[in-house]
Amino acid sequence: MGTHAVEEATDSATVPSRTGLLIIGASQSGVQLAVSLRALGFDEHITLLGDEDHRPYQRPALSKEFLQGMVGSESLIFRSNDYWTGHNVDLVKGEYIARIDKEADGTGVAHASSGRQFPFSRLALAVGARARKLEIDGSDLDGVLYLRNADDALALKSRVGDAQDVVVIGGGFIGLEAASSLQKMGKNVTVLEFGPRLVGRAVGDETAEYFLQAHRSRGLDIRLNATAARFTAADGGGEKPHGVAAVELQDGTVLPAQIVLIGIGVIPNTQLAEQLGLDVDNGVVVDRFALASDGTTVAVGDVANMPNPVPGSAPGERIRLESVNNAIEHAKVAAYSLTGHRAEYAGIPWFWSNQADLKLQIAGLSNGYDQTVLRRDTERGKFSVLYYRQGQVIAADCVNAPLDFMDVKNALAKGQNIPATAAADVATRLKIITTDS
Amino acid sequence: MPTVHFTDAEGSVRDVQGNVGDSVMETAVRNGVPGIVAECGGSLSCATCHVFVREDCVSQLPPMEDMEDEMLYGTAVDREDTSRLSCQLRLTDELELFVTTPETQV
Repeated sequence: MGTHAVEEATDSATVPSRTGLLIIGASQSGVQLAVSLRALGFDEHITLLGDEDHRPYQRPALSKEFLQGMVGSESLIFRSNDYWTGHNVDLVKGEYIARIDKEADGTGVAHASSGRQFPFSRLALAVGARARKLEIDGSDLDGVLYLRNADDALALKSRVGDAQDVVVIGGGFIGLEAASSLQKMGKNVTVLEFGPRLVGRAVGDETAEYFLQAHRSRGLDIRLNATAARFTAADGGGEKPHGVAAVELQDGTVLPAQIVLIGIGVIPNTQLAEQLGLDVDNGVVVDRFALASDGTTVAVGDVANMPNPVPGSAPGERIRLESVNNAIEHAKVAAYSLTGHRAEYAGIPWFWSNQADLKLQIAGLSNGYDQTVLRRDTERGKFSVLYYRQGQVIAADCVNAPLDFMDVKNALAKGQNIPATAAADVATRLKIITTDS
Repeated sequence: MPTVHFTDAEGSVRDVQGNVGDSVMETAVRNGVPGIVAECGGSLSCATCHVFVREDCVSQLPPMEDMEDEMLYGTAVDREDTSRLSCQLRLTDELELFVTTPETQV
């Protein structure tokens, strides 16, 4: 960490002298914004401020390699301290911005709950989202956990050793990744999914069913249409408070659990945007250039509700994407906007999720599809579903099939098509049958 | 200390010292070597950390697994015989590696 005026301003009444761009959220998108700005020659001072006591780090491994102890915390760090110092970016850790005063010209002061103040000439919100909480009886018991940030992962890791039974609530990506990791670590894991299938709307029915069968065949206990009614503690006889001991389902089933991990989605952190009077609707509403409704503040990544970036999307169609790819690409668009350029956000979103030995890669957005083609190589353990709208490929879910993923992603990026009539034949690479629409 | 020499598509060179056990990709990204994108952070999902390894260095590296081999077919600049994904290359003691980054990764 470099020394700088902001960090040395210990007196809450002292207004630091550095202004420039203030990026709130030392997240994937916040980091990318700073990096892209420097690559574009932005020469104003940048403050990259986060509310966690960690240097900016990558989240994806928290539910996988980090949880399993395969990588240490140092390997999650985005950039070396030398990089930040050398690029005139001040990192500020552990400051939670409670309120922002902003003028019509885009300048202002952000007030941290600690009393510190951060003046800015331009503001960027890369504040992400927070875990949605499950509020039922016993949800405040010790051992009822979430997994969104590094401290969550550390809390989970610190308890894993003493636990034998884990109940994961939510059969989405986070729940299934963590469940797979915990199972690999020798825990007895049960996944409760409230809905009739896994992974909500992020994948199609065939992929959801594939994952259900694949996980069950690997010994993971997955229960669909299952709702937790309450968490109960061990009968401690009135001594010290006890942690969670069991999950009681609505159908009366009781599952032992020394850890309950809840992964039921996220809520965008729009509090600051609301306080600033920016348009907010399932995220901070931004235009194609990542600009919020005041025309000066940029908002990027998970927190932004933006025009659908997929070329050819219906006019006015909006979307909020929670992914590394979006965090990076959206931040690049914002970096252009902040340097006086205009670069519309356009691209093919992609996603990945690694669960046990299942490597899921998703290219494009499948919503609105009217046809699917299954491309399954059972012998080699590869499974892909291609999604079509009016004969045009729009997306694919690929499991352990990176070549299919890359071919579909590249075809979508070039506006090409992969004829549905030929896509099922696993003996032919998709790239070979790709056509210029 | 292991050292990686990154040459970009225009020919300019960055020499970066790394830590044993880190990947070539991590070493590049942490120090801001521009030719490596690595969107997925090393989970072998994106093929944006593609490098061409100098021929006389290839034998110092571990063999390629199937997943890396498949991903390399999807790189932005077409693969060559010496192509690797740098997230799969771990630095070992005394390693001195010469790689060239492609013109683009996306």
